[in-house]
Amino acid sequence: MKNLAVSNWSLVLAFALVLVAVIVSTKEKLGLSKDIFIAVGRAIIQLIVVGFILKAIFKVNNVWLTIAMTMVIIFNASWNASKRDPNPRRHFWQSVVAEAIGTYLTLGTLIASGTIKLTPVQVIPITGMIAGNEMVAVGLCYKALYEGFHDQRQQVLEKLALGANRQQASHSLMRRAIKTGMQPTIDSIKTVGLVNLPGMMSGLIFAGVDPVYAIRYQIMVSFMLLSASSLGAVIACYLSYRNYFNDRLQLLVD
Amino acid sequence: MMLIKVEQLSYLQVLHDLSMQVEEGDWVTIIGKSGSGKSTLLKLIAGLISPTSGHIYYQGQDITDLDPIKLRQSVSYCYQQPVLFGETVADNLNFPFKIRHQQPQHDQLVASLQSVQLPAEFLTKKITELSGGEKQRVAMIRNLLFHPKVVLLDEVTAGLDEESKQAVHQFLVKAHQNGTTFIQVTHEIDEIANAEQKLVLENGGLHHEELSR
Repeated sequence: MKNLAVSNWSLVLAFALVLVAVIVSTKEKLGLSKDIFIAVGRAIIQLIVVGFILKAIFKVNNVWLTIAMTMVIIFNASWNASKRDPNPRRHFWQSVVAEAIGTYLTLGTLIASGTIKLTPVQVIPITGMIAGNEMVAVGLCYKALYEGFHDQRQQVLEKLALGANRQQASHSLMRRAIKTGMQPTIDSIKTVGLVNLPGMMSGLIFAGVDPVYAIRYQIMVSFMLLSASSLGAVIACYLSYRNYFNDRLQLLVD
Repeated sequence: MMLIKVEQLSYLQVLHDLSMQVEEGDWVTIIGKSGSGKSTLLKLIAGLISPTSGHIYYQGQDITDLDPIKLRQSVSYCYQQPVLFGETVADNLNFPFKIRHQQPQHDQLVASLQSVQLPAEFLTKKITELSGGEKQRVAMIRNLLFHPKVVLLDEVTAGLDEESKQAVHQFLVKAHQNGTTFIQVTHEIDEIANAEQKLVLENGGLHHEELSR
Protein backbone atom coordinates (compact mmCIF):
# COMPACT_ATOMS: atom_id res chain seq x y z
CA MET A 1 0.00 0.00 0.00
CA LYS A 2 3.03 2.26 -0.13
CA ASN A 3 1.70 3.84 -3.34
CA LEU A 4 -1.34 5.15 -1.52
CA ALA A 5 -0.33 8.34 0.18
CA VAL A 6 -3.35 10.60 0.50
CA SER A 7 -2.59 12.43 3.73
CA ASN A 8 -4.97 14.97 5.26
CA TRP A 9 -2.56 17.69 4.13
CA SER A 10 -2.63 16.51 0.49
CA LEU A 11 -6.44 16.50 0.66
CA VAL A 12 -6.39 20.13 1.77
CA LEU A 13 -4.13 20.96 -1.17
CA ALA A 14 -6.39 19.00 -3.53
CA PHE A 15 -9.23 21.22 -2.32
CA ALA A 16 -7.71 23.85 -4.61
CA LEU A 17 -9.28 21.87 -7.45
CA VAL A 18 -12.73 22.63 -5.98
CA LEU A 19 -11.80 26.31 -5.99
CA VAL A 20 -11.11 26.06 -9.75
CA ALA A 21 -14.74 24.96 -10.24
CA VAL A 22 -15.94 27.79 -7.99
CA ILE A 23 -13.88 30.37 -9.91
CA VAL A 24 -15.33 29.13 -13.22
CA SER A 25 -18.84 29.34 -11.76
CA THR A 26 -18.29 32.87 -10.43
CA LYS A 27 -16.60 34.20 -13.58
CA GLU A 28 -19.23 32.74 -15.89
CA LYS A 29 -22.05 33.73 -13.49
CA LEU A 30 -23.34 30.13 -13.46
CA GLY A 31 -24.71 30.50 -9.93
CA LEU A 32 -23.33 27.08 -9.02
CA SER A 33 -20.90 28.12 -6.26
CA LYS A 34 -23.36 27.38 -3.44
CA ASP A 35 -24.24 24.02 -5.01
CA ILE A 36 -20.57 23.12 -5.36
CA PHE A 37 -19.85 23.86 -1.68
CA ILE A 38 -22.94 21.92 -0.58
CA ALA A 39 -22.00 18.97 -2.84
CA VAL A 40 -18.40 18.93 -1.57
CA GLY A 41 -19.56 19.30 2.04
CA ARG A 42 -22.03 16.45 1.68
CA ALA A 43 -19.49 14.23 -0.05
CA ILE A 44 -16.94 14.77 2.74
CA ILE A 45 -19.43 14.13 5.56
CA GLN A 46 -21.06 11.12 3.82
CA LEU A 47 -17.70 9.54 3.05
CA ILE A 48 -16.35 10.09 6.58
CA VAL A 49 -19.47 8.45 8.06
CA VAL A 50 -19.37 5.59 5.53
CA GLY A 51 -15.64 5.15 6.11
CA PHE A 52 -16.17 4.59 9.84
CA ILE A 53 -19.25 2.39 9.33
CA LEU A 54 -17.41 0.20 6.82
CA LYS A 55 -14.42 -0.08 9.12
CA ALA A 56 -16.71 -1.29 11.91
CA ILE A 57 -18.62 -3.72 9.68
CA PHE A 58 -15.43 -5.17 8.20
CA LYS A 59 -14.13 -5.69 11.73
CA VAL A 60 -17.30 -7.46 12.95
CA ASN A 61 -17.44 -9.57 9.75
CA ASN A 62 -21.01 -10.81 10.30
CA VAL A 63 -23.12 -12.19 7.44
CA TRP A 64 -26.39 -10.66 8.69
CA LEU A 65 -24.83 -7.27 9.20
CA THR A 66 -23.41 -7.47 5.67
CA ILE A 67 -26.83 -8.31 4.25
CA ALA A 68 -28.39 -5.47 6.27
CA MET A 69 -25.83 -3.09 4.75
CA THR A 70 -26.71 -4.25 1.22
CA MET A 71 -30.36 -3.55 2.04
CA VAL A 72 -29.48 -0.01 3.10
CA ILE A 73 -27.59 0.49 -0.18
CA ILE A 74 -30.55 -0.86 -2.20
CA PHE A 75 -33.00 1.34 -0.30
CA ASN A 76 -30.95 4.47 -1.02
CA ALA A 77 -30.47 3.56 -4.68
CA SER A 78 -34.23 2.91 -5.03
CA TRP A 79 -35.05 6.20 -3.36
CA ASN A 80 -32.87 8.11 -5.80
CA ALA A 81 -34.07 6.16 -8.85
CA SER A 82 -37.69 6.76 -7.86
CA LYS A 83 -37.05 10.49 -7.45
CA ARG A 84 -35.94 10.61 -11.08
CA ASP A 85 -39.35 9.36 -12.28
CA PRO A 86 -41.23 12.48 -13.45
CA ASN A 87 -44.57 10.64 -13.29
CA PRO A 88 -46.53 11.96 -10.27
CA ARG A 89 -48.22 8.53 -10.02
CA ARG A 90 -44.93 6.72 -9.41
CA HIS A 91 -44.63 4.09 -6.69
CA PHE A 92 -41.50 3.79 -4.58
CA TRP A 93 -41.96 0.05 -4.05
CA GLN A 94 -41.52 -0.54 -7.81
CA SER A 95 -38.01 0.91 -7.65
CA VAL A 96 -37.23 -1.21 -4.59
CA VAL A 97 -38.36 -4.38 -6.38
CA ALA A 98 -36.35 -3.53 -9.52
CA GLU A 99 -33.21 -2.61 -7.54
CA ALA A 100 -33.46 -5.57 -5.17
CA ILE A 101 -34.01 -8.22 -7.86
CA GLY A 102 -31.33 -6.78 -10.15
CA THR A 103 -28.77 -6.44 -7.37
CA TYR A 104 -29.39 -9.69 -5.51
CA LEU A 105 -29.59 -11.84 -8.67
CA THR A 106 -26.31 -10.41 -9.92
CA LEU A 107 -24.66 -10.60 -6.50
CA GLY A 108 -26.00 -14.13 -5.97
CA THR A 109 -24.53 -15.28 -9.28
CA LEU A 110 -21.14 -13.78 -8.41
CA ILE A 111 -21.13 -15.47 -4.99
CA ALA A 112 -22.46 -18.80 -6.30
CA SER A 113 -19.85 -18.88 -9.05
CA GLY A 114 -17.11 -18.21 -6.50
CA THR A 115 -16.12 -14.94 -8.17
CA ILE A 116 -16.50 -13.12 -4.88
CA LYS A 117 -16.88 -14.33 -1.30
CA LEU A 118 -19.67 -13.56 1.13
CA THR A 119 -17.50 -11.26 3.21
CA PRO A 120 -18.28 -7.61 3.89
CA VAL A 121 -14.99 -6.48 2.32
CA GLN A 122 -16.08 -7.91 -1.03
CA VAL A 123 -19.88 -7.86 -0.91
CA ILE A 124 -20.44 -4.27 0.22
CA PRO A 125 -18.31 -2.45 -2.39
CA ILE A 126 -19.64 -4.71 -5.16
CA THR A 127 -23.25 -4.12 -4.03
CA GLY A 128 -22.60 -0.38 -4.16
CA MET A 129 -21.29 -0.63 -7.71
CA ILE A 130 -24.19 -2.80 -8.89
CA ALA A 131 -26.94 -0.79 -7.17
CA GLY A 132 -25.43 2.54 -8.24
CA ASN A 133 -25.22 1.53 -11.87
CA GLU A 134 -28.71 0.09 -11.74
CA MET A 135 -29.98 3.31 -10.16
CA VAL A 136 -28.80 5.28 -13.19
CA ALA A 137 -30.33 2.74 -15.61
CA VAL A 138 -33.68 2.70 -13.79
CA GLY A 139 -33.77 6.51 -13.52
CA LEU A 140 -33.08 6.91 -17.25
CA CYS A 141 -35.69 4.28 -18.05
CA TYR A 142 -38.35 6.15 -16.00
CA LYS A 143 -37.51 9.42 -17.72
CA ALA A 144 -37.61 7.88 -21.21
CA LEU A 145 -40.94 6.19 -20.44
CA TYR A 146 -42.43 9.48 -19.24
CA GLU A 147 -41.20 11.29 -22.36
CA GLY A 148 -42.51 8.46 -24.54
CA PHE A 149 -45.99 8.65 -23.05
CA HIS A 150 -46.04 12.40 -23.61
CA ASP A 151 -44.48 12.53 -27.07
CA GLN A 152 -46.42 9.55 -28.37
CA ARG A 153 -49.63 10.02 -26.43
CA GLN A 154 -51.75 9.94 -29.59
CA GLN A 155 -50.28 6.62 -30.68
CA VAL A 156 -51.05 5.06 -27.30
CA LEU A 157 -54.59 6.46 -27.40
CA GLU A 158 -55.19 5.01 -30.86
CA LYS A 159 -53.95 1.61 -29.80
CA LEU A 160 -56.26 1.71 -26.79
CA ALA A 161 -59.15 2.73 -29.05
CA LEU A 162 -58.41 -0.31 -31.24
CA GLY A 163 -58.87 -2.52 -28.18
CA ALA A 164 -55.27 -3.04 -27.11
CA ASN A 165 -54.46 -3.82 -23.49
CA ARG A 166 -52.07 -1.63 -21.49
CA GLN A 167 -48.98 -3.55 -22.48
CA GLN A 168 -49.86 -3.78 -26.17
CA ALA A 169 -50.54 -0.03 -26.20
CA SER A 170 -47.23 0.83 -24.51
CA HIS A 171 -44.89 -1.85 -25.84
CA SER A 172 -42.98 0.28 -28.35
CA LEU A 173 -42.40 2.98 -25.70
CA MET A 174 -41.28 0.41 -23.16
CA ARG A 175 -38.75 -1.08 -25.55
CA ARG A 176 -37.28 2.34 -26.19
CA ALA A 177 -37.18 3.18 -22.46
CA ILE A 178 -35.38 -0.07 -21.59
CA LYS A 179 -32.88 0.59 -24.35
CA THR A 180 -32.28 4.14 -23.06
CA GLY A 181 -31.71 2.76 -19.57
CA MET A 182 -29.15 0.18 -20.72
CA GLN A 183 -27.32 2.30 -23.29
CA PRO A 184 -24.85 4.14 -20.98
CA THR A 185 -23.68 0.85 -19.46
CA ILE A 186 -23.17 -0.70 -22.89
CA ASP A 187 -21.36 2.42 -24.12
CA SER A 188 -19.03 2.53 -21.13
CA ILE A 189 -18.27 -1.19 -21.49
CA LYS A 190 -17.47 -0.68 -25.18
CA THR A 191 -14.86 1.96 -24.40
CA VAL A 192 -13.51 0.40 -21.23
CA GLY A 193 -9.73 0.61 -21.15
CA LEU A 194 -9.68 2.82 -24.25
CA VAL A 195 -11.25 5.94 -22.79
CA ASN A 196 -11.49 5.30 -19.10
CA LEU A 197 -9.80 2.99 -16.66
CA PRO A 198 -12.74 2.19 -14.43
CA GLY A 199 -12.80 2.52 -10.65
CA MET A 200 -12.35 -1.11 -9.77
CA MET A 201 -9.36 -1.60 -12.06
CA SER A 202 -7.82 1.78 -11.17
CA GLY A 203 -8.20 0.94 -7.49
CA LEU A 204 -6.40 -2.36 -7.86
CA ILE A 205 -3.61 -0.81 -9.94
CA PHE A 206 -3.27 1.98 -7.34
CA ALA A 207 -2.96 -0.68 -4.66
CA GLY A 208 -0.07 -2.19 -6.58
CA VAL A 209 -1.86 -5.15 -8.22
CA ASP A 210 -0.54 -6.37 -11.57
CA PRO A 211 -2.70 -4.75 -14.31
CA VAL A 212 -3.02 -8.10 -16.08
CA TYR A 213 -4.59 -9.46 -12.90
CA ALA A 214 -6.68 -6.31 -12.37
CA ILE A 215 -8.40 -6.69 -15.75
CA ARG A 216 -10.00 -9.93 -14.61
CA TYR A 217 -11.87 -8.01 -11.98
CA GLN A 218 -12.82 -5.38 -14.49
CA ILE A 219 -14.21 -8.01 -16.85
CA MET A 220 -16.29 -9.34 -13.96
CA VAL A 221 -17.48 -5.79 -13.21
CA SER A 222 -18.50 -5.31 -16.86
CA PHE A 223 -20.56 -8.50 -16.77
CA MET A 224 -22.26 -7.65 -13.52
CA LEU A 225 -23.08 -4.07 -14.49
CA LEU A 226 -24.60 -5.24 -17.75
CA SER A 227 -26.71 -7.81 -15.95
CA ALA A 228 -27.83 -5.39 -13.23
CA SER A 229 -28.68 -2.51 -15.55
CA SER A 230 -30.69 -4.72 -17.91
CA LEU A 231 -32.55 -6.44 -15.08
CA GLY A 232 -33.22 -3.15 -13.32
CA ALA A 233 -34.43 -1.37 -16.47
CA VAL A 234 -36.67 -4.25 -17.59
CA ILE A 235 -38.26 -4.77 -14.17
CA ALA A 236 -38.73 -1.05 -13.48
CA CYS A 237 -40.26 -0.53 -16.91
CA TYR A 238 -42.65 -3.49 -16.70
CA LEU A 239 -43.82 -2.35 -13.27
CA SER A 240 -44.07 1.38 -13.90
CA TYR A 241 -45.80 1.57 -17.30
CA ARG A 242 -49.00 0.60 -15.53
CA ASN A 243 -48.87 3.85 -13.55
CA TYR A 244 -49.87 5.68 -16.73
CA PHE A 245 -53.30 4.00 -16.91
CA ASN A 246 -56.32 3.70 -14.65
CA ASP A 247 -58.28 0.47 -14.17
CA ARG A 248 -60.67 1.44 -17.01
CA LEU A 249 -57.61 1.35 -19.31
CA GLN A 250 -57.69 5.08 -19.85
CA LEU A 251 -54.44 6.95 -20.39
CA LEU A 252 -53.60 9.30 -17.51
CA VAL A 253 -51.45 11.68 -19.55
CA ASP A 254 -52.76 15.13 -20.46
CA MET B 1 -82.41 -3.68 -31.14
CA MET B 2 -81.07 -0.92 -28.92
CA LEU B 3 -77.28 -0.86 -29.18
CA ILE B 4 -76.23 2.31 -27.38
CA LYS B 5 -78.17 4.13 -24.72
CA VAL B 6 -76.85 7.27 -23.08
CA GLU B 7 -78.60 8.42 -19.91
CA GLN B 8 -78.26 11.83 -18.27
CA LEU B 9 -74.61 12.03 -19.18
CA SER B 10 -72.51 14.91 -17.87
CA TYR B 11 -68.84 15.58 -18.44
CA LEU B 12 -67.12 18.47 -16.67
CA GLN B 13 -68.41 21.77 -18.08
CA VAL B 14 -68.93 20.28 -21.56
CA LEU B 15 -71.95 17.96 -21.48
CA HIS B 16 -74.99 18.30 -19.22
CA ASP B 17 -77.63 15.62 -18.67
CA LEU B 18 -77.31 14.38 -22.23
CA SER B 19 -79.44 11.40 -23.30
CA MET B 20 -79.63 9.53 -26.59
CA GLN B 21 -80.39 6.12 -28.03
CA VAL B 22 -78.92 4.40 -31.04
CA GLU B 23 -80.53 1.37 -32.65
CA GLU B 24 -78.62 -1.37 -34.45
CA GLY B 25 -77.97 -0.36 -38.06
CA ASP B 26 -78.50 3.36 -37.43
CA TRP B 27 -76.28 6.06 -38.90
CA VAL B 28 -76.48 8.98 -36.54
CA THR B 29 -74.89 12.29 -37.49
CA ILE B 30 -74.07 14.74 -34.71
CA ILE B 31 -73.45 18.34 -35.60
CA GLY B 32 -72.57 21.32 -33.46
CA LYS B 33 -70.13 24.16 -33.04
CA SER B 34 -66.45 23.56 -32.29
CA GLY B 35 -65.99 22.91 -28.60
CA SER B 36 -69.59 21.84 -28.11
CA GLY B 37 -68.43 18.42 -26.90
CA LYS B 38 -69.03 16.23 -29.97
CA SER B 39 -65.65 14.46 -29.77
CA THR B 40 -65.99 14.19 -26.00
CA LEU B 41 -69.32 12.39 -26.41
CA LEU B 42 -67.77 9.85 -28.81
CA LYS B 43 -64.78 9.28 -26.50
CA LEU B 44 -67.15 8.71 -23.58
CA ILE B 45 -69.11 6.12 -25.60
CA ALA B 46 -65.84 4.31 -26.46
CA GLY B 47 -64.87 4.34 -22.77
CA LEU B 48 -61.69 6.31 -23.51
CA ILE B 49 -62.73 8.80 -20.83
CA SER B 50 -65.23 8.47 -17.99
CA PRO B 51 -68.26 10.71 -17.43
CA THR B 52 -68.62 12.97 -14.41
CA SER B 53 -72.11 11.51 -13.95
CA GLY B 54 -74.68 9.50 -15.91
CA HIS B 55 -74.58 6.15 -17.65
CA ILE B 56 -73.76 4.66 -21.03
CA TYR B 57 -75.20 1.26 -21.93
CA TYR B 58 -73.95 -1.00 -24.71
CA GLN B 59 -76.35 -3.82 -25.60
CA GLY B 60 -78.16 -3.16 -22.34
CA GLN B 61 -75.07 -3.35 -20.10
CA ASP B 62 -73.52 -0.40 -18.33
CA ILE B 63 -70.11 0.03 -20.01
CA THR B 64 -68.43 0.38 -16.60
CA ASP B 65 -69.36 -3.30 -16.05
CA LEU B 66 -67.81 -4.32 -19.38
CA ASP B 67 -64.18 -5.19 -20.06
CA PRO B 68 -62.84 -2.00 -21.73
CA ILE B 69 -60.85 -4.07 -24.23
CA LYS B 70 -63.92 -5.98 -25.41
CA LEU B 71 -65.97 -2.78 -25.47
CA ARG B 72 -63.43 -0.96 -27.66
CA GLN B 73 -63.14 -3.91 -30.04
CA SER B 74 -66.93 -3.67 -30.53
CA VAL B 75 -67.31 0.10 -30.33
CA SER B 76 -64.47 1.53 -32.35
CA TYR B 77 -63.45 5.19 -32.13
CA CYS B 78 -61.83 6.69 -35.25
CA TYR B 79 -59.69 9.80 -34.86
CA GLN B 80 -59.88 12.89 -37.05
CA GLN B 81 -56.14 12.91 -37.64
CA PRO B 82 -55.04 9.35 -37.07
CA VAL B 83 -51.46 8.48 -36.18
CA LEU B 84 -50.01 5.46 -37.92
CA PHE B 85 -47.40 3.51 -36.00
CA GLY B 86 -44.50 1.20 -36.76
CA GLU B 87 -42.77 1.62 -40.10
CA THR B 88 -45.02 0.33 -42.83
CA VAL B 89 -48.70 0.16 -43.67
CA ALA B 90 -48.54 -3.58 -42.92
CA ASP B 91 -47.45 -2.84 -39.32
CA ASN B 92 -50.70 -0.95 -38.85
CA LEU B 93 -52.93 -3.56 -40.44
CA ASN B 94 -51.21 -6.34 -38.48
CA PHE B 95 -51.84 -4.60 -35.16
CA PRO B 96 -55.55 -5.53 -34.82
CA PHE B 97 -54.53 -9.18 -35.45
CA LYS B 98 -51.65 -8.97 -32.99
CA ILE B 99 -53.82 -7.75 -30.13
CA ARG B 100 -56.21 -10.66 -30.80
CA HIS B 101 -53.29 -13.13 -30.99
CA GLN B 102 -54.11 -13.97 -34.61
CA GLN B 103 -52.02 -14.24 -37.74
CA PRO B 104 -53.04 -11.91 -40.59
CA GLN B 105 -53.62 -13.42 -44.03
CA HIS B 106 -51.87 -11.56 -46.83
CA ASP B 107 -54.90 -11.82 -49.15
CA GLN B 108 -57.17 -10.39 -46.50
CA LEU B 109 -54.90 -7.38 -46.02
CA VAL B 110 -54.69 -6.78 -49.76
CA ALA B 111 -58.48 -7.00 -50.08
CA SER B 112 -58.88 -4.52 -47.23
CA LEU B 113 -56.54 -2.06 -48.95
CA GLN B 114 -58.51 -2.44 -52.17
CA SER B 115 -61.73 -1.70 -50.28
CA VAL B 116 -60.43 1.85 -49.79
CA GLN B 117 -59.01 1.95 -53.31
CA LEU B 118 -55.37 1.49 -52.37
CA PRO B 119 -53.18 -0.94 -54.35
CA ALA B 120 -51.59 -4.07 -52.86
CA GLU B 121 -48.11 -2.47 -53.02
CA PHE B 122 -49.20 -0.17 -50.22
CA LEU B 123 -48.68 -2.97 -47.72
CA THR B 124 -44.92 -2.44 -47.78
CA LYS B 125 -45.11 1.33 -48.16
CA LYS B 126 -43.47 3.43 -45.43
CA ILE B 127 -45.99 5.38 -43.37
CA THR B 128 -43.85 8.51 -43.73
CA GLU B 129 -44.51 8.42 -47.49
CA LEU B 130 -48.31 8.55 -47.17
CA SER B 131 -50.48 11.62 -47.73
CA GLY B 132 -53.04 12.67 -45.11
CA GLY B 133 -55.83 11.06 -47.13
CA GLU B 134 -53.96 7.78 -47.54
CA LYS B 135 -53.21 7.71 -43.82
CA GLN B 136 -56.88 8.12 -42.99
CA ARG B 137 -57.81 5.32 -45.43
CA VAL B 138 -55.31 2.98 -43.79
CA ALA B 139 -56.56 4.03 -40.34
CA MET B 140 -60.16 3.33 -41.40
CA ILE B 141 -59.43 -0.23 -42.44
CA ARG B 142 -57.31 -0.69 -39.30
CA ASN B 143 -60.40 0.22 -37.25
CA LEU B 144 -62.88 -1.84 -39.28
CA LEU B 145 -60.83 -5.00 -40.04
CA PHE B 146 -62.65 -7.00 -37.37
CA HIS B 147 -66.09 -5.53 -38.09
CA PRO B 148 -66.90 -3.68 -34.88
CA LYS B 149 -70.64 -3.37 -34.26
CA VAL B 150 -70.48 0.39 -33.71
CA VAL B 151 -68.05 2.80 -35.35
CA LEU B 152 -67.59 6.29 -33.93
CA LEU B 153 -66.37 8.67 -36.61
CA ASP B 154 -64.80 11.88 -35.34
CA GLU B 155 -64.72 14.15 -38.39
CA VAL B 156 -62.78 11.50 -40.27
CA THR B 157 -63.12 13.14 -43.68
CA ALA B 158 -62.27 16.67 -42.56
CA GLY B 159 -59.46 18.16 -44.61
CA LEU B 160 -59.09 15.14 -46.93
CA ASP B 161 -58.61 15.37 -50.67
CA GLU B 162 -61.67 14.59 -52.78
CA GLU B 163 -60.41 11.14 -53.87
CA SER B 164 -59.75 10.01 -50.29
CA LYS B 165 -63.04 11.45 -49.11
CA GLN B 166 -64.90 9.44 -51.74
CA ALA B 167 -62.93 6.27 -50.96
CA VAL B 168 -63.63 6.57 -47.23
CA HIS B 169 -67.28 7.38 -47.85
CA GLN B 170 -67.83 4.37 -50.11
CA PHE B 171 -66.03 2.12 -47.65
CA LEU B 172 -68.24 3.31 -44.80
CA VAL B 173 -71.46 3.04 -46.80
CA LYS B 174 -70.58 -0.57 -47.65
CA ALA B 175 -69.89 -1.36 -44.00
CA HIS B 176 -73.23 0.26 -43.10
CA GLN B 177 -75.00 -1.90 -45.66
CA ASN B 178 -73.42 -4.91 -44.00
CA GLY B 179 -74.96 -3.88 -40.69
CA THR B 180 -72.38 -1.64 -39.00
CA THR B 181 -73.88 1.10 -36.86
CA PHE B 182 -72.32 4.55 -37.18
CA ILE B 183 -72.27 7.58 -34.93
CA GLN B 184 -70.63 10.37 -36.81
CA VAL B 185 -69.46 13.84 -35.92
CA THR B 186 -68.99 16.13 -38.87
CA HIS B 187 -68.81 19.64 -40.24
CA GLU B 188 -68.95 18.53 -43.88
CA ILE B 189 -71.93 20.06 -45.69
CA ASP B 190 -72.51 16.96 -47.92
CA GLU B 191 -72.46 14.58 -45.00
CA ILE B 192 -74.89 16.75 -43.06
CA ALA B 193 -77.22 17.03 -46.07
CA ASN B 194 -77.25 13.25 -46.59
CA ALA B 195 -77.56 12.35 -42.90
CA GLU B 196 -80.18 9.77 -42.01
CA GLN B 197 -80.58 10.96 -38.44
CA LYS B 198 -79.33 14.33 -37.44
CA LEU B 199 -78.73 15.44 -33.87
CA VAL B 200 -77.54 18.87 -32.86
CA LEU B 201 -75.26 19.21 -29.85
CA GLU B 202 -75.80 22.57 -28.22
CA ASN B 203 -75.24 23.89 -24.70
CA GLY B 204 -74.14 20.45 -23.56
CA GLY B 205 -77.32 18.67 -24.67
CA LEU B 206 -78.63 16.95 -27.82
CA HIS B 207 -81.77 17.69 -29.76
CA HIS B 208 -83.19 16.34 -33.01
CA GLU B 209 -83.03 18.66 -35.93
CA GLU B 210 -85.01 16.49 -38.29
CA LEU B 211 -85.73 12.83 -38.82
CA SER B 212 -85.58 11.95 -42.46
CA ARG B 213 -85.94 8.19 -41.98
